[in-house]
Amino acid sequence: MTELSKTGAAVGEPAPAAGAATTAFLEVRDLKVHFPTDDGLVKSVDGLSFQLEKGKTLGIVGESGSGKSVTSLGIMGLHTAGNYGKRKPQISGEIWLNGTELLTADPDQVRRMRGREMAMIFQDPLSALHPYYTIGQQIVEAYRIHHDVDKKTAKRRAVEMLDRVGIPQPDKRVDNYPHEFSGGMRQRAMIAMSLVNNPELLIADEPTTALDVTVQAQILDLIRDLQKEFGSAVIIITHDLGVVAELADDLLVMYGGRCVERGPAEKVFYEPRHPYTWGLLGSMPRLDRDQQERLIPVKGSPPSLINVPSGCAFNPRCPYADLPKDNVTRTVRPELTEVGSRHWAACHMSQEQRERIWTEEIAPKL
Amino acid sequence: MTTQRTSGRRKQAMAAAAVVAALLTTAACGGGGKDSDNGSKNGAAGFDAANNKVAQANLVKKGGTLKFAAPQDADSWDTTRGYYGFMWNFARYYSRQLVTNKTEPGKAGTELTPDLATGLAKISDDGKTYTYTLRDDITWEDGKPITSKDIKYGIERVWAQDVLSGGPTYLKEVLDPKGEYQGPYKDKSADKLGLKAIETPNDKTIVFKLPAANSDFEEMLALISASPVRQDKDTKSKYGLKPFSSGPYKFESYSPGKDLTLVRNTAWKQSSDPIRKAYPDKITVKFFSNANDLDARLIAGDYDLDLAQTSLSPQGRSTALKEHKDNLDNPVSGYIRYAALAQNVKPFDNIHCRKAVLYGADHVSLQTARGGPVAGGDIGTNMLPPGIPGGEGQKYDPYGMAGANKGGNVAKAKEELKACGKPNGFKTKIAVRNNKPAEVATAESLQASLKKVGIDVDIDQYDGAQNSSVVGSPSNVKKKGYGIIIMGWGADFPSVQGYGLPLWHSKYILESANNNYALINDKTIDGLFADYTKTLDDAEKTRIATEINHKVMEGAYYLPFVFERFLNWRSDRLANVYTTDAYSGMYDFVNLGLKNTK
Amino acid sequence: MLAYLIRRLFAAVVMLVVIVVVVFSIFFLIPKWAGVDVALSFVGKQADPAAVEGVRQKLGLGEPIYAQVWEFFKGIFVGRTYSGGGDVTECAAPCFGYSFRSEQAIWPVLTDRFPVTLGLALGAAVLWLLFGLAAGVLSALKRGSLWDRGAMIVALAGVSLPIYFTGLLSLAIFSYGLGWINGEYVPLEDGLSGWLDGMILPWITLAFLYAAMYARITRATMLEILGEDYIRTARAKGLREPVVIRKHAMRSTMTPILTMLGMDLGALIGGAILTETTFSLPGLGQAVLNAIKNQDLPIILGVTLITSLAVLIANLVVDVLYAVIDPRVRLS
Repeated sequence: MTELSKTGAAVGEPAPAAGAATTAFLEVRDLKVHFPTDDGLVKSVDGLSFQLEKGKTLGIVGESGSGKSVTSLGIMGLHTAGNYGKRKPQISGEIWLNGTELLTADPDQVRRMRGREMAMIFQDPLSALHPYYTIGQQIVEAYRIHHDVDKKTAKRRAVEMLDRVGIPQPDKRVDNYPHEFSGGMRQRAMIAMSLVNNPELLIADEPTTALDVTVQAQILDLIRDLQKEFGSAVIIITHDLGVVAELADDLLVMYGGRCVERGPAEKVFYEPRHPYTWGLLGSMPRLDRDQQERLIPVKGSPPSLINVPSGCAFNPRCPYADLPKDNVTRTVRPELTEVGSRHWAACHMSQEQRERIWTEEIAPKL
Repeated sequence: MTTQRTSGRRKQAMAAAAVVAALLTTAACGGGGKDSDNGSKNGAAGFDAANNKVAQANLVKKGGTLKFAAPQDADSWDTTRGYYGFMWNFARYYSRQLVTNKTEPGKAGTELTPDLATGLAKISDDGKTYTYTLRDDITWEDGKPITSKDIKYGIERVWAQDVLSGGPTYLKEVLDPKGEYQGPYKDKSADKLGLKAIETPNDKTIVFKLPAANSDFEEMLALISASPVRQDKDTKSKYGLKPFSSGPYKFESYSPGKDLTLVRNTAWKQSSDPIRKAYPDKITVKFFSNANDLDARLIAGDYDLDLAQTSLSPQGRSTALKEHKDNLDNPVSGYIRYAALAQNVKPFDNIHCRKAVLYGADHVSLQTARGGPVAGGDIGTNMLPPGIPGGEGQKYDPYGMAGANKGGNVAKAKEELKACGKPNGFKTKIAVRNNKPAEVATAESLQASLKKVGIDVDIDQYDGAQNSSVVGSPSNVKKKGYGIIIMGWGADFPSVQGYGLPLWHSKYILESANNNYALINDKTIDGLFADYTKTLDDAEKTRIATEINHKVMEGAYYLPFVFERFLNWRSDRLANVYTTDAYSGMYDFVNLGLKNTK
Repeated sequence: MLAYLIRRLFAAVVMLVVIVVVVFSIFFLIPKWAGVDVALSFVGKQADPAAVEGVRQKLGLGEPIYAQVWEFFKGIFVGRTYSGGGDVTECAAPCFGYSFRSEQAIWPVLTDRFPVTLGLALGAAVLWLLFGLAAGVLSALKRGSLWDRGAMIVALAGVSLPIYFTGLLSLAIFSYGLGWINGEYVPLEDGLSGWLDGMILPWITLAFLYAAMYARITRATMLEILGEDYIRTARAKGLREPVVIRKHAMRSTMTPILTMLGMDLGALIGGAILTETTFSLPGLGQAVLNAIKNQDLPIILGVTLITSLAVLIANLVVDVLYAVIDPRVRLS
């Protein structure tokens, strides 16, 4: 573990009164994204709140289907853009970015903010880049949407960006097609494209999942360096705690469309107060240990988002579900409660129980 | 004429037909004059107005363009090579013969009249020598006179079958039965006129010397294949692309399968031609690939008549009958539709088993399968078409097919089965052409009615284009067990010989391209044909024809379905229209005229 | 690219040879096995033995297949002379055979009829691309709407209804009924308006069928493409939606459409048999249908070759276009 920011105030208090402006750079309040389907309402995100300041990094962690990506697309406004005839998702809550509430803003205004004020990096750069256009063309396009410059200028900018993200011979590579790049290079190009307009918010959705382990580290280093240089706020979405360990100021753990634990990264790492976070830590591969022995996988499968288990959504998979009295884990949904300084978790177990289990049962095995 | 290879159109009956027919019915209301004013100057002449009589002869005006629409092209427009009925009819526009059929309606059309010759043949007493003298002023399209040598050369071309295949070969068989002459293209003599049986003592005289008498010889000279051809204009196999005209019209342009245009042959002199009126200035033929489209355009008045003359297609027929009946004629066609019972397939070697089929068949149902009384024809009761001398029509009905037994006589059929030694019936097969829906329908009708008497029938549909090797091969028929063969037949020339010789004479039992499917080998019938060819007396010829027909029916070799009728369209513009038995009930093309020449 | 083209061309030539051999075999061997004498169907009903022999000789029925194939190919380059019975028929190079049924050399028949079919195919293609793509894209963008359902029902009808039916229906309404159109084919050299009058219904009829297919394919492809990650990327850049559709989605959608277009045009240029038959258009399709009715082998063979050639060329063009559209193809 490297040094973590001690002063990060990225994770805000539980949501203040709805509708009130915020001083935070990004604030999400009680965000709900529900998709109506033939089988029922899929509650992908069900009441999520957080804040993020400029220059800070938030890691959102969870299994696939926990609502991480839905959250990021929700911020970008991509659930409603280009929704052709599919049933419209029901989105409620508030998303404040730099003083603008995105959910109620004019869609075209949000569109103009996309790419310029908020940009996104996707998981698989091969499928996320258009196969028929050169890297240069795609970066030029991204730049010219928001800058009234001629193609030449835009291309110079593209070369500059490619150079900045560490692509060798950028003046030549700019005319290559995505399939002519290696996986890592493609992701660098993707990053170059998303940063071409100096966005203040960068959302990286599983930016390294599709890449080799060695390349992963390079990409993460690049994101960190660039963040420092540009001073943007960054959200890194991942299922792998290892990815955000070195990068994030704050962590937000999602389960079943809700936040189950959030707080400063070192707190969540060293004093996690939710059994699901323990599971995530346990399933983190470590190079220095024998994986067979060390891994503590979370048993069972992610919850249905249509019929979310009553009580604590994690209860069917939680080995400690029976510890709290009166079967409360299965009947009452636990609220986020403060378990430390700026550190919240949603669990029915008492603080002491959790502290004891963590220090005695879980931590030694990791 | 031929076994109606012309009809590709009936196969078009598709499911879509009904809906389209309904649309056509309403759509067609716009076309044509009103039907109430029968025989008016502009309107249609009335239903059957041209059937065996001349319609509106006095309204004809010289000039204009007569427009044919055709569902298919001729087999060849070469006078030697054509065999389709409509081709023979049409060829009189551009070819003349020594003698030809009278341009008169109905049965009168079957009589011969001099054309290039000054009169009918002077026949020697032994019936073996025919002498003709040519008229004056008869010319080719370049103005040169038509000579006896041109006629001889034209007839000689029939011998060049290896180059000019397709046409009838009667003249070859009668004039050179031993096949000694090799044809003009292999002729060593300088003038290529080496055929000994024809002599041309001078340009105006031609003499035919038959090795054996044949009383129908002059009928054969009236065939289109006896037309003159000038040697220096003979392009051999390509002659059909532009035949050199001896008639009132000549080829202007011809594009096979697309269109054909005839224009006046200015060298032709009306005074030299006793039969051709040559009313229109121009004659066009447009070939269609869609019979329904063709009929709709006839009904809409875009064209004057159908070149093929084999009835409207089912959709067009129902529209026309409802909306424009006055534009229709319903003549007897000269074709008989029938089933032949193959004697080499057991148990049809036994006459009683054959009779069981004749009695067991439901003749009304067979008629319906052919299209009913109007579109199909009258129930067939014997095998000689009514239009041919000696034909009696339904008056001769030895098996009560149109009378007592018309619905099928099960009891009588079972009696015959018992006599045949098959009291419980038997199994056999029907061979039917797959491209003739009406024939397939008759096969199914026959299958249903024979089941009632215990005869179990399988239907075998074969590629209709291959009939000469499938059912035309007796050994194949025996191998496949085709006891019942469904077919149709029309006369090449209107006589019992022109109709029945290939069907009934033992000499015509062939290894391939056989038409005597029943394999009739009856000395009496052969003898009657021999008598017929030797008889020059018309009344006696008619009597023999009737007797041959009776003998054939007594042998129970054939189950006739219908004496076929056509339902043909004639436009409001046509004048001087009549059907002729010379061409199986078609309109006589050569003297059609227009009321309105615009 | 050049090496690639040469390789493809070579394969095409080999393919053509194979096709010729196969067609020869079908027409000469299968009747033999079936015990059918092809020559018999060429002569009159009296089937004079000399006539049968003459036909056999003309059709080359007596010669072994390889000799026939060889003669055929030689004829294409140096022409052929058919002789028999004192009759000599010259067939000038390129001689694609000679029809003894209609007494014509095949090559002029092909060149005479090819423009008709080409005009039909190209005109219809323009229409169906226009309407098929527009309808498909609109349906995809308004998925589930009344428009989408309506368009797809019409498209289903278009795909299911036989040309024979729609063709006759259009004739019944516009030609025989309303009389707006005469609907009979007139060659282009006889005047543009007459030609258009004769072609418009066949175009529409043919285009209806194909537009229906193209609309369905376009819609399905478009929906698939709209779900692609790179479309999301385009939106994430802040692109306006119309630009996303036009520039990003359409270009990808065109790839399968282009493949189809190549195939369809290739096949149609070989003869739109049903359309040409329904409207009595004197194109290759009508020629081949007549030839089948008449068992006119040389014409069938000639048209088959031209069809194969058209399909092969169309494939080649598609491959090249494919490379133009999709840079990934250029590599291989």
